[in-house]
Amino acid sequence: MNLNPFRLSPQTLRRSRPWAVLLSLAAALLTWELVSRFSGLPSFILPAPEQVAVRFWRALNEDNLLLHTAVTLSEILLGLLTGTLAAVGLGYAVAKSRTFERLAAPYLVASQAIPVVAIAPLLVIWFGPGMFSKVLICALIVFFPVLVNTVVGVRAVPRALHDLMRSLRATRGQIIRLLEVPAALPVLLGGLRIGATLSVIGAVVGELVGADRGLGFLINTARGLYDTALVFVAVFTLIALALALYGLVAGLEKKFLSWQESHE
Amino acid sequence: MEPILTVRELSVTFPDNNGGLEALGSASFEICPQEFVCLLGPSGSGKSTLLRVLAGLLRPTGGDFVFAGGQPKIGMVFQQANLMPWRTALENITLPLELENVPPDERRARALELIELVGLTGFEDARPRDLSGGMAQRVAIARALIHDPDLLLLDEPFGSLDALTRERMWSELSRIWQARRKTVLMVTHSIGEALFLADRVLVLSQRPGRIKLDLAVDLPRPRTDEVRYTAHFGRLARKLKEAIE
Ligand SMILES: Nc1ncnc2c1ncn2[C@@H]1O[C@H](COP(=O)(O)OP(=O)(O)OP(=O)(O)O)[C@@H](O)[C@H]1O
Ligand SMILES: [Mg+2]
Repeated sequence: MNLNPFRLSPQTLRRSRPWAVLLSLAAALLTWELVSRFSGLPSFILPAPEQVAVRFWRALNEDNLLLHTAVTLSEILLGLLTGTLAAVGLGYAVAKSRTFERLAAPYLVASQAIPVVAIAPLLVIWFGPGMFSKVLICALIVFFPVLVNTVVGVRAVPRALHDLMRSLRATRGQIIRLLEVPAALPVLLGGLRIGATLSVIGAVVGELVGADRGLGFLINTARGLYDTALVFVAVFTLIALALALYGLVAGLEKKFLSWQESHE
Repeated sequence: MEPILTVRELSVTFPDNNGGLEALGSASFEICPQEFVCLLGPSGSGKSTLLRVLAGLLRPTGGDFVFAGGQPKIGMVFQQANLMPWRTALENITLPLELENVPPDERRARALELIELVGLTGFEDARPRDLSGGMAQRVAIARALIHDPDLLLLDEPFGSLDALTRERMWSELSRIWQARRKTVLMVTHSIGEALFLADRVLVLSQRPGRIKLDLAVDLPRPRTDEVRYTAHFGRLARKLKEAIE
């Protein structure tokens, strides 16, 4: 149950009509244009839309925008992948074994209390300004929500279906593959959706703290040069990345969860 | 004949706040190979519990049971249909074969046969949420038969079917049972159903359940509708009724 009507979710997206989206985008652009033209703000504070567009073009050719985007995207994907794998593995163990849960619970609760953003500088000091520290930050930030959803999803598999599998002498592997994975998938993908959004934040935070490439690095450099139009370019690119990632997970949900369509 | 299943003083106590809830109290009986046995008893007398123990889903707290010739292949129909909501009707039915690594083509062919048998032609690709309770139960019955099990454990399999379908399923089950020579242990609440199908009827007492009556049903086979109007049927029905009350 989610009472937030503006949560980014497949339902919200399905409800919004394309023409309405276009219309509101146009209105926003127009407002931005008017404000930048008539407010008298200098362009290093608020660049006009067309300046950002021009800057975007130049960034592609002169500032290696594509390279920075690729770096950030790889950090996000690698972090998401490792964080998810670790969280699903550990979450499964926690869900299945009370003993393991008791052993791991204090650390899991504590790990949730650590603000990853605050220890990002530490991780960059320890693991250097390269990609590895960013992947680690992403993975850490993704870890907890995916773990929680894995535990919830695996625990919610109906006992009656476990009984069915056991009465048919299913092996451990068959129970995981044919029962637990498909039954837990809706909740698991829900966790992945949260994780995907968080991993973008993780990568950018890591890059802002210390990096030699990536969109966060680009924002830092541009800010130092008062090249605000370039900051805008980087921010918009990040938004596009986050939306694309979100779309990817939504696509997975559509592909694998069509059986529960009417329950949404 | 040597019994295929021997149950000795089987009891199950569930832990609860005041000393445990005794669901099954010392049940003893035997089942011979290819026998059709029905289990009657008031609600809460431990019928489902007994089936769950025999299926290996629950460890008894007392007594034991042995299958002659080792653990048999089991086909089970639970009191609820127990379908996987992400699978279609056909995919639910083929599950036991999938677990035995039967090739997909053969799985499909055998499932289609059973779908016709249980009268679900046209619903192969329906999801469980689009099936009525009775249809879902028929999918569950087909699933319990598809891997040709030696022992069928049926927990009120026809409870949610309409009278017409139920009686058709009776004849089909009789036919399958006779053709494939399976051993069947079936829970039911219907005396008529038990007498129509069974070689023997076991009656469980109020909780904690014990075997209160072990009645041989010596009605001639194949049984038709007619058998229900015979005097002997009436006598047997009365005996069962008295035992239950
Ligand atoms: N897992 C369990 N934990 C605790 N108590 C249980 C459990 N399963 C069954 N019981 C209790 O054991 C008793 C027997 O239950 P069971 O389901 O075997 O009865 P039943 O004969 O199948 O009844 P019905 O005809 O209503 O299906 C009931 O009182 C029930 O509440
Ligand atoms: Mg029952």
